[in-house]
Amino acid sequence: MPKHQLDPNVWVDRYSDYLFNFTIVRVNDSEIAKDLISETFLAGLKSKDNFKGEATERTWLISILKRKIIDHYRKINSNKGKAEVRISYNDEESEGDWLEERVSDPFDKTAEDTMENEELGIAIYSCLDSLNKKQATIFKMKTIDGFDTEAICNEFNITASNLWVIIHRARKAMADCLEKNWL
Amino acid sequence: MKCEEANHVCDKSQYKEASFVERIKLAIHLIYCSACRKYSFRNNKLSNAIKKSDLKTISKEDKSDLKERLHQEMSK
Repeated sequence: MPKHQLDPNVWVDRYSDYLFNFTIVRVNDSEIAKDLISETFLAGLKSKDNFKGEATERTWLISILKRKIIDHYRKINSNKGKAEVRISYNDEESEGDWLEERVSDPFDKTAEDTMENEELGIAIYSCLDSLNKKQATIFKMKTIDGFDTEAICNEFNITASNLWVIIHRARKAMADCLEKNWL
Repeated sequence: MKCEEANHVCDKSQYKEASFVERIKLAIHLIYCSACRKYSFRNNKLSNAIKKSDLKTISKEDKSDLKERLHQEMSK
């Protein structure tokens, strides 16, 4: 009996935000990211029977998504040499120094930051997984999307004090979880 | 101010929804209550972490699109 099972019905609700964040730092275009995620779900559906249950659903979907992202890179870089197109030089002499330039440039912190933030993002998403679905959805709407209290209350048909109880529990659980896994 | 209320105000202030008076009351409460001080500290840390991670979500409409495409494929 495999430990993990696939349930495509919950994929979008459960993993699409996570996959989206994973993709957006790599392709930098939200439309492309959405397409890649859609392709990932469809490919996952097709190769459902190959899932052995050894990894979690999310890990498995990520591994498909990674291949989709690589395919995407290949497509845009199909002409030889284009992969390095972003590094440009004013004169020929400085060519070849780019590695050191990157390392020594104190203002070029972006790659490192992206990586660190990505790890943090992963930690946040795995912690969100540990909340129940309603808590997670409301917490995300309020904290990440910045919806008004009133809008969320209307959407879920709850009172403001209900909402704050949910938020309080979610924040406590998230703080506990992140303390263990990240901070 | 009781601890329960202090925590509630602290939660609200994470979303800039606590009033000025509430924030003053909370600040006074925190002077003598170490449990709430701890909660406040962790709560702020959580807010900062989420802000720093710059997470994005997919809009509801796009999610229903994704769902629809997936369901179409499933019913094939």
